[in-house]
Amino acid sequence: MHEFLFGIYPYIALAVMIVGSIARYDRDPFTWKSSSSQLLRRRQLVVGSVLFHVGVLVIFFGHLIGLLTPIWVFDALGISHGAKQVLAIVLGGVAGVMALAGGAMLLHRRMTDPRIRATSSFWDIAIMWLLMAQLVLGIGTIFVSIRHLDGGEMVRFMAWAQGIFTFDSHAASYIEDAALVFKLHLFLGLTIFLVFPFTRLVHILSGFAAPVRYLMRAGYQIMRTRRPATALRGAGREG
Amino acid sequence: MSQLLDRLNFLQPRRMETYADGLGEVTREPRDWEETYRNRWRHDKIVRSTHGVNCTGSCSWKIYVKSGIVTWETQYTDYPRTRPGLPNHEPRGCARGASYSWYLYSANRVKTPLVRGRLMRLWRRMRETRQPVEAWEAIQRDPILRAEYVKARGKGGFVRASWDEATEMIAAANAWTIRTYGPDRIFGFSPIPAMSMVSYAAGSRYLSLLGGVCMSFYDWYCDLPPSSPMTWGEQTDVPESADWYNAGYLLLWGSNVPQTRTPDAHFYTEARYRGAKSAVICPDYSEAAKFGDVWLNVKQGTDAALAIAFGHVILREFHLDRQVEYFEDYCRRYSDFPMLVKLEERDGRLVPGRFLRAAEIEGALGETNNPEWKTVAIDENSGELVAPNGTIGHRWGEKGRWNLEEKAGGRDVRLKLTLILDEDHDDIAGVDFPYFGADATAAFDSGDRRPNVLTRNVPVRRVKTTEGEVAVATVFDLLCANYGLDRGLGGDWVARDYAEDIPGTPAWAEKITGVSRDKIIHVAREFARNAEKTQGKSMVIIGAAMNHWYHMDMNYRGVINMLIMCGCVGQSGGGWAHYVGQEKLRPQTGWAPIAFALDWGRPPRQMNSTSAWYAHTGQWRYETVTAGEILSPTAPEGDWEELSLIDYNIRAERMGWLPSAPQLRTNPLEVAKAAKAAGKEVAAYVAEKLKSGELEMSCEDPDAPENWPRNLFVWRSNLLGSSGKGHEYFLRHLLGTDNGVLGEETGRRPREARWHDEAPRGKLDLLVCIDFRMSTTAVYADVVLPTASWYEKNDLNTSDMHPFIHPLQAAVDPAYESRSDWGIFKSIAVQFQKVAPEVLGRETDVVAVPILHDTPGEIAQTEVRDWKRGECDLIPGRTAPNFVAVERDYTAIADRFMALGPLMEKLGNGGKGIAWNTGHEVEALRALNGAHADGAARGAARIVTDIDACEAIMMLAPETNGEVAVKAWAALSEVTGRDHTHLARPKEDEKIRFADIAAQPRKIITSPTWSGIESEKVCYNAGWTNVHELIPWRTLTGRQQTYQDHLWMRAFGEGFVTWRPPVDLKTVTGKLIEQGDGLVLNFITPHQKWGIHSTYTDNLLMLTLNRGGPVIWISENDAKKAGIRDNDWVELFNANGALTARAVVSQRIKDGTTFMYHAQEKIVNTPGSEITGRRGGIHNSVTRTVPKPTHMIGGYAQQSWGFNYYGTVGANRDEFVIVRRMRKVDWLDRPATTKEAAQ
Repeated sequence: MHEFLFGIYPYIALAVMIVGSIARYDRDPFTWKSSSSQLLRRRQLVVGSVLFHVGVLVIFFGHLIGLLTPIWVFDALGISHGAKQVLAIVLGGVAGVMALAGGAMLLHRRMTDPRIRATSSFWDIAIMWLLMAQLVLGIGTIFVSIRHLDGGEMVRFMAWAQGIFTFDSHAASYIEDAALVFKLHLFLGLTIFLVFPFTRLVHILSGFAAPVRYLMRAGYQIMRTRRPATALRGAGREG
Repeated sequence: MSQLLDRLNFLQPRRMETYADGLGEVTREPRDWEETYRNRWRHDKIVRSTHGVNCTGSCSWKIYVKSGIVTWETQYTDYPRTRPGLPNHEPRGCARGASYSWYLYSANRVKTPLVRGRLMRLWRRMRETRQPVEAWEAIQRDPILRAEYVKARGKGGFVRASWDEATEMIAAANAWTIRTYGPDRIFGFSPIPAMSMVSYAAGSRYLSLLGGVCMSFYDWYCDLPPSSPMTWGEQTDVPESADWYNAGYLLLWGSNVPQTRTPDAHFYTEARYRGAKSAVICPDYSEAAKFGDVWLNVKQGTDAALAIAFGHVILREFHLDRQVEYFEDYCRRYSDFPMLVKLEERDGRLVPGRFLRAAEIEGALGETNNPEWKTVAIDENSGELVAPNGTIGHRWGEKGRWNLEEKAGGRDVRLKLTLILDEDHDDIAGVDFPYFGADATAAFDSGDRRPNVLTRNVPVRRVKTTEGEVAVATVFDLLCANYGLDRGLGGDWVARDYAEDIPGTPAWAEKITGVSRDKIIHVAREFARNAEKTQGKSMVIIGAAMNHWYHMDMNYRGVINMLIMCGCVGQSGGGWAHYVGQEKLRPQTGWAPIAFALDWGRPPRQMNSTSAWYAHTGQWRYETVTAGEILSPTAPEGDWEELSLIDYNIRAERMGWLPSAPQLRTNPLEVAKAAKAAGKEVAAYVAEKLKSGELEMSCEDPDAPENWPRNLFVWRSNLLGSSGKGHEYFLRHLLGTDNGVLGEETGRRPREARWHDEAPRGKLDLLVCIDFRMSTTAVYADVVLPTASWYEKNDLNTSDMHPFIHPLQAAVDPAYESRSDWGIFKSIAVQFQKVAPEVLGRETDVVAVPILHDTPGEIAQTEVRDWKRGECDLIPGRTAPNFVAVERDYTAIADRFMALGPLMEKLGNGGKGIAWNTGHEVEALRALNGAHADGAARGAARIVTDIDACEAIMMLAPETNGEVAVKAWAALSEVTGRDHTHLARPKEDEKIRFADIAAQPRKIITSPTWSGIESEKVCYNAGWTNVHELIPWRTLTGRQQTYQDHLWMRAFGEGFVTWRPPVDLKTVTGKLIEQGDGLVLNFITPHQKWGIHSTYTDNLLMLTLNRGGPVIWISENDAKKAGIRDNDWVELFNANGALTARAVVSQRIKDGTTFMYHAQEKIVNTPGSEITGRRGGIHNSVTRTVPKPTHMIGGYAQQSWGFNYYGTVGANRDEFVIVRRMRKVDWLDRPATTKEAAQ
């Protein structure tokens, strides 16, 4: 069971996320959006949304860097495992509380405002609950971590995460002894990856499509052609 | 190919080529997204249809259908061209119409038949053990059961029903009502057939087959100007909008063309570009005001004074000081100006009396036919009295002299306009004219304290009559005196100088209207000078706003007089343009037989709604206006002041002037049986029993249960949300449910109407509303049937604004469970045929018919005589209504509904006093539509589908069948003695079919039903054939009649036009004033920008453009006074009830008035009223209708009743309301209790 949840399930979750996202983008590109409800009601949105997004972004990049950066990089930089863990606890804790407070406001708004409730889909509500649960679990891990500040457990999670990405068949075994709250946190996190393409979370990826290139455009007038590149080259323009 | 893969093109050279010096570049970015926008506008088909609220626009629209769904609409631009030099009709359309497709799939759509839950439960319980009619009877006979659902009206609780169940209940109710009380207890209300003729005809055909009552609308809406039939004998006929372009001077008077006639407004703009001058007269700064060279912001309700001052200037400068030859000639030939009026002597003073008649002269001037109906003038050539051609006496009983040739008794004559020259008159006499200027209420007081009788000098001639010598004067001379013009005859109350403050002068009008005398003189001069130069191309576009005042006729007749003085009526580019509410049903004579089932039985039952609702909603019980207040000080002897307004109406019904519904207290089916048993002819039997008192007319006791309307169908209409003046009285007495009436019943007891101390509440057994949206009326109904919208049915549409006929078509099938109106009434008829044999079979009905205009009977009563008071004998059809036996087969209603009956071949067809044989058309229709193979109508042409009905209408109508047009003109030619068939001959072979108009709107064919022509040379203009074909106007004098000589007209002081201030309705009473903040305003209900005519006020798209719910407008000054800020919730109330709305505070509004655009639904965003505790009402919650005796006149030439043609009108502009800011806005929203939910 442990092997399945932390050795195989991660691949299922990631595969569903990638394939699902591609499929959704291809089949129904107009659903690829954040579905903001700001037009329906501004109340609670601005504060809640900013708190939540800042918190979540810090946590996201914290996890990304903290888990996937090879341990020798930290060693080379002279950051001790203990210091890294304290950093993670403090930064993650503060960001977690921000995200939790903001998320609570957004969730309250979504559940109680009749206009927003009426226009919410199942996944709009469910994903919010999932994220809130995940935040609670994440903050819950602090109470475990704080009891052993040596960073040993953290290093094992790094090994697991990097193991998953390096197709280490023993990855799951690195965290066999982790506290239950960590396991739940990991499982729920993977599940969020799993449901990612079916929710509004896809807007996280919209950043890749941001029209940054527009700022550096050469022409002020764009003609989009359907002709193959070869046909165009010799044609030239008359007049 | 793939959204993602196409974007993964990092390895390809992105930039392929540049151009425009590097400013442009060619790229290979994906283009799939473009498809999205292409698909947005892609569609499967386009179908031609239009919008049928009550819009005169009559614009043809493209309806786009995609995947079986109507997606949007755009304007058609394929109207037939006009002619060189004249702009074309497009663009036609407006934002209101363009938003219509929203309705089809909106939440407000009625999707299934709905029945009031409590009624449904009762019905199902009764039906378990009983036959349908028996079941209905069981509910009605038990007052507790009946009250259970009656009192719940308007409070929700609808449940779904199947079509069979709902229609069976309706059919059972109809059958039981016919058996128990009589068919004339079944009422149907639907307005303006022109917008969807077949839908109207569906209901009226069903009702007429039963013997039910079709209720009028044009008069009830108060859009009918009674001044039009008074002056012209014509309901309303107007120039098409293209003719505005031909005008040299356009006077917009109370009409807001760009806002309410949006599709036609371009002709106004184009006329301005062409160089036409324009003056705009309206109290508020309207959208039209910006078109004007000058804007006269007249005080509301004082238009008559302005019109009289204009007339004063025109008469002075163009008729008296200088005589314009064209004007004189026109007035001599086409107006009653030369006709002689007897001056009646009373207490040694002279008052204008009746027109002198040929019969009063020894030898009757050689006239043997109707000499008492031939008016008399003086011939300039011979100096003798003559009875000129064309009077109403020439119209009936003889042929060939009913024309406007300058002839009398076969001799050429030239009528004398005035007796002003010394050799022409015998005397200068003082004549009394009533003056009402000093009677104004505080809000209209101009400090006028003049006496109420003004004596002015008039040149008179002494004429020997059979009753001795009498003084006579020409209408023109009297009119000049009436307008206060000094002609050097001495005496008082006449002015030489415009600056004198004498009634009639610009200086006088300035005080009343607030318009400066300079502007009055300026506009009058320009108007007349243009008419002089162009031979009558001065036009007045008039808005019905002015017609909604109690004394509307004064406003309108003042304007009409100006047009007559300047020879504008009947001239292209000139005349009177009143585009309101009737919308010209062009193929009328083809439509009428289908609509009123004249093919199966004649006559139909038709009723004037104003009188009916006044009586049946109990509004008469609250009457505050007494006859004495509106009576003329020069009134002849009589018991005038002792009668209440309803008494006048009862007398009018009794004398056969106005129709009745119900008609007799006794069931007419029983009356027929009794007559048969007595072996008497029906009319004679009824006359005898009425005289003996054994039979009684229903009008004399409107509150007796036998005389209640029992069933009411409302279709294509929002009676309770829009036109129902006295809305709260409707709720209280007709429906018997919660209401907001705040006033009390009058203490005055009527003389003719029986008074019940306890007024009935809930007269209706059944209210059926047929609509596609959940309107205010639907909310109060017992049964709501879902009908097809305008994009889901086949029908016909015409307008007075343009000469085309075009269709409504089913772009998609009726959505949800809805059916077309034709289909719905067919379903009810089928059920009725099934249910009726339980109690009904072949029956004889007795129909009471008033004396009708355009029939030989219209010259029935030279004098006013009431048989009931022993003043004459009761002669049906002469001194009383006629009583006609009509055979009905209640077992074959559906069979008859779907077939063209035998009377068309037997009796022919006709209209407006002429008739023709229609056998050929019936035969052609049989070939076109096919004939029934069996059933009660075997062998008759089929009119099974709505398209069949369209074909039948177009086959029978002269406007759409050239052959019929020629026949009709030939029939008229016989009467006038002049050949008119040349007007239709070129189109004789043209027959317009449904498929033709589906392809493109078609121009109709010239017919004698209308007074203009369709031609390549002139635009359609009313009165054109009167002037150019010399067809008389259908009035007493045969000419445009500015003087009304009926006894009641004289009694109420309206023989000539005069200034009458608005009446005092006394609805703002002390008790109520205490509850306000001191702001009392005149309540005006004009047309809005976001709703009518072309959509309703629950359309989300339009609501979004304004404030999303009901609004009233007030001026900045008034708002400040009452502490009201823009967008505040306010409450308006008076004795009639209360309404709630948001306030729009605007500089546009004149101080002292508040505007509430009419027909804003109370189902949308309307909070509770603080004063009534009920949900805030509609605009008519603060109004009550007050009928006017002069509109009840009948049996007197043009003042004879016609359906939507003449009769009482529902005036509502004289009303005042208290306006106050709401302290607490209560939406009255609470969850239902468990008990309520269970019901």
